[in-house]
Amino acid sequence: MADVILKGITKSFGDKRAVDAVDLHIHDGEFVVLLGPTGAGKTTTLRLIAGLETPDAGTLHIGGRPMQGLAPASRDVAFVFQQYSLYPHLTVYENLAFPLRSPARRMDAATIDARVRQVAKMVRIDHKLENRSTRLSGGEMQRVAIGRALVRRPSIYLMDEPLSSLDAKLRAELRLELKRIQKELGATLLYVTHDQIEAMTMADRIGILSEGRLVQIGTPREIYTDPANLHVAARLGQPHINILPVGLLPGAEAPAGTAKVGARTEHIAIARQDGGNARVDWIEHLGDQNHLHIKVGEHRLVTLADPDMPVAPGDGISVALRNPLYFGQDGNRLDGRRLA
Amino acid sequence: MSTAKPAAGTAAHSVVEPSATSKRVAATLVILYAVITMVPLAWIFLTSIKSPPDSISYPPKLLFTPSLEGYCNLFTTRTRQTPEYIAALPPPENTCDAVTRERNMVIAGPSNFLPRFVNSLIIAFGSTFLAVGLGTLAAYGFSRFKVPLADDLLFFILSTRMMPPIAVAIPIFLMYRELGLSDTAIGMMLLYTAVNVSLAVWLLKGFIDEIPREYEEAAMIDGYTRLQAFRKVVLPQATTGIAATAIFCLIFAWNEYAFASLLTSGSAQTAPPFIPTIIGEGGQDWPAVAAGTTIFLVPILVFTILLRKQLLRGITFGAVRK
Repeated sequence: MADVILKGITKSFGDKRAVDAVDLHIHDGEFVVLLGPTGAGKTTTLRLIAGLETPDAGTLHIGGRPMQGLAPASRDVAFVFQQYSLYPHLTVYENLAFPLRSPARRMDAATIDARVRQVAKMVRIDHKLENRSTRLSGGEMQRVAIGRALVRRPSIYLMDEPLSSLDAKLRAELRLELKRIQKELGATLLYVTHDQIEAMTMADRIGILSEGRLVQIGTPREIYTDPANLHVAARLGQPHINILPVGLLPGAEAPAGTAKVGARTEHIAIARQDGGNARVDWIEHLGDQNHLHIKVGEHRLVTLADPDMPVAPGDGISVALRNPLYFGQDGNRLDGRRLA
Repeated sequence: MSTAKPAAGTAAHSVVEPSATSKRVAATLVILYAVITMVPLAWIFLTSIKSPPDSISYPPKLLFTPSLEGYCNLFTTRTRQTPEYIAALPPPENTCDAVTRERNMVIAGPSNFLPRFVNSLIIAFGSTFLAVGLGTLAAYGFSRFKVPLADDLLFFILSTRMMPPIAVAIPIFLMYRELGLSDTAIGMMLLYTAVNVSLAVWLLKGFIDEIPREYEEAAMIDGYTRLQAFRKVVLPQATTGIAATAIFCLIFAWNEYAFASLLTSGSAQTAPPFIPTIIGEGGQDWPAVAAGTTIFLVPILVFTILLRKQLLRGITFGAVRK
């Protein structure tokens, strides 16, 4: 395990800048999640670190060693792909042993066997070692794929949306397992996802990527409560943050230059009130909570409500803001950081 | 996936499962086609085990006493002798001796069929190996790397198949004479490889394009070089395509007649130009010709049956989650 340091890493495909001057320092044993929409440059960043792409500019150091010009095989990284994760012509055992049997490593059979069985137990696939890799469920395949990275003990694990093609229940399970394994091994891990829950639950730090730029990096809490701009604010929070014009709702003390007010559900105070400043448009019942769709004049907003709150579509309601986020014309935050 | 409502009146009819009637029609058509294609082959085989008089009798005989005379004649050369000479000989050593003597002939020695057949095996399998080997490497290159002018090169490779090969027969004949490649196994192998490699590149490129790059990338990150990844990860998954391509190449090289008859006459002659020459040896010996044709079919049959598993296995891309 080692520190991984990216400095000014840039990569273009044709006219499109996929990764734009990214600086990132991943500390030894740290779990960093890169979060961003499709096309933000997340996967390209991973591929640049793995050596599957060559950067146009910038430097990369893994464990203090410069990586320029090094082939993927000599970088000591492990990669878990989003798809095509297992070699279809090999069994589970052979898939797990494949990295250890590489000419670069030359391990003896007994060591390989011990490693494979240990990792198989860790990812809970030891009962299916002799199965063909095509005869596994989606969750089992992804566990083997993660296992194939784990047998290696590399400097850094790179994972490209390894859970995205699984159903919600499995995803939640594997999320926990992955975090447990990472803690157990003290592994350095760079994980790419567009799933905010994965990012919030697993990351030591989250990096938000947008159009190839690393917009903000910080702990999940910092990113959530102190987003640097509208884009970052929109990445986290369920329901989605409400972007409202200045002065639409009472309770705001917008600093000069405010163009937009961002209001998450905890920034919104609601009370049932006939003739209030808003009207309930629609209610989504989620069981433990309700999503309340509210219309304020021509504007819509969504917030959480207690499922017992006695409202129905068409009812009047009063809505006020409580310490919302303020954004300027350029989309950047205006009010100061709250955590500091 | 949305489930379409069945149209009125077809409630019992499943959209995905063909009806019993259409299955029966399909089966009938397939059987009919199989019979039509199999009849000539069956006739050739039957002719090969007829005696020469039975083979030319009219109306053709469906019931006859099987004879090995065709096969005996195929593998031997014979000389005519007087009945007295034959009567003075020691008793026949084997069936062929006996059959031959009934026609007032004795076996003089082996015919050229076996060496010609061996030539065919060497040239056809050799050129198939070369064409598929070169084709796999070229197809991998075109599939994975940025080759300058790749599309033009691929078109150029394909264009070599756009004219009938025989159109270049004369230049090749002259060229081979100059290079000393006429009537050599190497010359024929090179020629068939040149013709087949374009087919191999195009077929295999399609198969290799289907194999996701992620597998090689994973292998390269796991400590393998590109060539090792190609061998360990790409080749095993391309076996289906390689087997199919090999069969196409082999069938062409095995059956090729025009160049073989033009460029080979002696030591490197293949079976196709040789078989018709059997007719001339002592009357129209149709059973011998049919026997030669029957034996000629065997290697392709065996090769196809051996590779059938690869062809049908259709490597499961089940580990690929799309």
